[in-house]
Amino acid sequence: MNALGSLLLVLLLAGLGFAGGQVAGLRPLFGVVVPYAAFVIFLLGVSHRVVLWARAPVPFRIPTTCGQQRSLSWIKPSRLENPSSTLGVVGRMALEVGLFRSLFRNTRTELREGPRLGYGEAKLLWVAALAFHWAFLLVILRHLRFFLEPVPAVVAALASVDSFFEIGTPGLYATDIVLAGALGYLLLRRLLSPQARYLSLFGDYFALFLLLGLAASGILMRYAVRIDTVAVKQLALGLVTLSPVVPGEVGPLFFSHLFLLSVLGAYCPFSKLMHMGGVFLSPTRNLANTSRMKRHVNPWNYPVDVHTYAQWEDAFRDKLKAAGLPLEKE
Amino acid sequence: MAEEVAKPEDLAQVDYRPPAKDWRDPAVEFRKGVFCYSAAPKHLQYLGLPNPRPWHPSDADWKLPADWKRIILEGMKERLDRFRSFRLFMDICVRCGACADKCHFYIGSGDPKNMPVMRAELMRSVYRRYFTPAGRILGPLAGGRELTEDVIKEWFYYFYQCTECRRCSVFCPFGIDTAEVTMMGRELLNLVGCNINWILEPVANCQRTGNHLGIQPHAFKDAIDFLVDELAEITGVRVEAPINRKGAEILYVIPSAETFGTPHYYTLLGTLLLFHAIGLDYTLSAYASEGGNFGLFTSHEMMKRLNAKIYAEARRLGVKWILGGECGHMWRVVHQYMDTMNGPADFLEEPVSPVTGTRFPHARSTKMVHICEFTADLIHNGRLRLDPRRNDHWVATFHDSCNPARSMGLIEEPRFILRSVCRRFHEMPENTIKERTFCCGSGAGLGTDENFEMRMRGGFPRANAVKHVRDRFGVNLVACVCAIDKATLPPLLEYWVPGMHVAGVHELLGNALVVEGENERSTDLRGEPTGAAGASAGPQPEGARE
Repeated sequence: MNALGSLLLVLLLAGLGFAGGQVAGLRPLFGVVVPYAAFVIFLLGVSHRVVLWARAPVPFRIPTTCGQQRSLSWIKPSRLENPSSTLGVVGRMALEVGLFRSLFRNTRTELREGPRLGYGEAKLLWVAALAFHWAFLLVILRHLRFFLEPVPAVVAALASVDSFFEIGTPGLYATDIVLAGALGYLLLRRLLSPQARYLSLFGDYFALFLLLGLAASGILMRYAVRIDTVAVKQLALGLVTLSPVVPGEVGPLFFSHLFLLSVLGAYCPFSKLMHMGGVFLSPTRNLANTSRMKRHVNPWNYPVDVHTYAQWEDAFRDKLKAAGLPLEKE
Repeated sequence: MAEEVAKPEDLAQVDYRPPAKDWRDPAVEFRKGVFCYSAAPKHLQYLGLPNPRPWHPSDADWKLPADWKRIILEGMKERLDRFRSFRLFMDICVRCGACADKCHFYIGSGDPKNMPVMRAELMRSVYRRYFTPAGRILGPLAGGRELTEDVIKEWFYYFYQCTECRRCSVFCPFGIDTAEVTMMGRELLNLVGCNINWILEPVANCQRTGNHLGIQPHAFKDAIDFLVDELAEITGVRVEAPINRKGAEILYVIPSAETFGTPHYYTLLGTLLLFHAIGLDYTLSAYASEGGNFGLFTSHEMMKRLNAKIYAEARRLGVKWILGGECGHMWRVVHQYMDTMNGPADFLEEPVSPVTGTRFPHARSTKMVHICEFTADLIHNGRLRLDPRRNDHWVATFHDSCNPARSMGLIEEPRFILRSVCRRFHEMPENTIKERTFCCGSGAGLGTDENFEMRMRGGFPRANAVKHVRDRFGVNLVACVCAIDKATLPPLLEYWVPGMHVAGVHELLGNALVVEGENERSTDLRGEPTGAAGASAGPQPEGARE
């Protein structure tokens, strides 16, 4: 139900964009107003969320340690999995953000006859997640050619490397295939695994369908439905230079693409897509395990009711005396 | 009780297929054997906790305060503003499900709400409904859920079905730590008086007497005296075990179970023998007679209240630094909370081993050293005479306790000691040790008898790995450094892997330790024949010490 509902919603949104591109009178709305509004919501929303996180203090130093601590000089500490220095933390975070280190640990637990529990390899989720995120990043970078004039050499080089295999005309982008394939896997996994289906919310499918819709419209525009890329670039340049030009006949699919992108941007701050910023702030990962080495201050530490030694001695004075234990007050 | 419990072969038939019912339906069934009983009102009254009343989880009416909903929501707001972890973990989960089959309770029960992601969603759904714009407007469509009394019951059921072991957080790509969510959940439940007796009775005891077991100072002294006599009988060596002695160099803090519980008790025997052998200038305290801290399972405030005694006592006694015994969650508190909560310990000195001169700069601020760190240093510097043959009746493996492994990184120190004192040592499979270790299934205050079935389910992955090394290497002893393990692994293993034994690392050290003036030892610290001679006879299973 969640899956079907979000699919329908994404189709509806894509159709809305499509229609907006067809009607000349609506193009200023779908080509300029909506993208700007989405961008503003994205910026303000994401900043707001990040500020909310940043304003909440980290009262305790609670890293999850995944290796040997630094203790005795002759025991080799695990510098990345249990960092005790800033450099180690940077390394741990780099592995986490760039390579999804923790997800790489993933296993599949199986209960076999015996009973015997087995822990099998389950790297596909890691592969798909990593493939999707990197491909998405590269696709975004590749899109810079629409927003920059002249196109920087790096961006041009990226495009040519991406179409290295020279399959078809125009050259097939490897990232397109990877992006669509990875998204497809992530979606199928949610639909086919009973556990994943049980826990998936509307928003989980919605994000996937939105990205799939974005990818599909993009791929179609490159390989099937030709559009006026000069007009697209005019629009893109106009948007970034704050002197928007309302485009003419760009091709209706383009407006679906742009509208889905706008929805994605505006949806970001209200959704789990915020994980992209949140991962950097996770206190179980971004703190050094120096809990006993350096004092960590809790800004809201407040005094509490403690049963003091004096109260304790008063309560047990006779018994302490009888047992011959030393007393503060006789 | 045993006759009421399902047979292991039946319990091992776990059905992992989730029910067709939407998870947002909060209804839970409080079935005998899978939940903990409510706390007696007298403990709440003594501790000054809200809403003391007689009630039972299987009652229809939980007698919540009239404005319970406001209390919970305000409590959430306060905690969202105080803990970045909480706010962040409410926001960033993508529900990838990588954590799902990493939880011992999910593996053992198949209940989909025991998947860590779902356990957190029980809270997140309420967070989204009341604290996010999308949830307030769109409700269920944005994953929001109304807070009802049934949700409180569901929280109680599942937040007291999590041992805060942090295994899921090792696998989470964002480091989302269910322990944090469970801790917040329990804090909130405590605000409306929904707590369990197996946690609050020890907490009240600890507040009043200084330890969870409620041992009063004279009884504490008796227990230590008895222990000294027994040690003299076994080894021929009479050790000093001072209590509340001012001017000692080191305060030694133990989990109180070591004074009475079995097999914990043998660990203390071994430790006190060690202190005698190296002539350590130390004292125990009857006031700070508990290193463990069931406050951790109640609220941050309660944790701080109980923990405060350790520094206060170190200051009063004028010691230089503090040494801590074998206890799992105690080390979570000492390592990650104590200095922040009750420090700075500027009245203490940076710990230095008086025997080897080794400094412990990693404990520079907190000034508290783990007994395994201390002992590993002694062995490394050749300061102990060890005869590992005295442990030849044991084929040992090591169970990493959740907190020292995942909240500290105490991995190699106990292993180094074990390898030095025990000639036959085998690791369990990689996926079940070190940072990936499996909980005993009874941590975080859930080790009570009425919760027996759920404990056996939760401990199943651990027990199954023990079975693996028993079958493969003939392992007959699980060594560990946690008092809850020592209390709850014996019944767990008796259930799944009968015939196994459980011991503290310092019990095995005590067996192997050659002390000046000792008798020729014919038995180990349990009074069982040592070495190869004892192997055939085999020690008796653990039971209550007479």
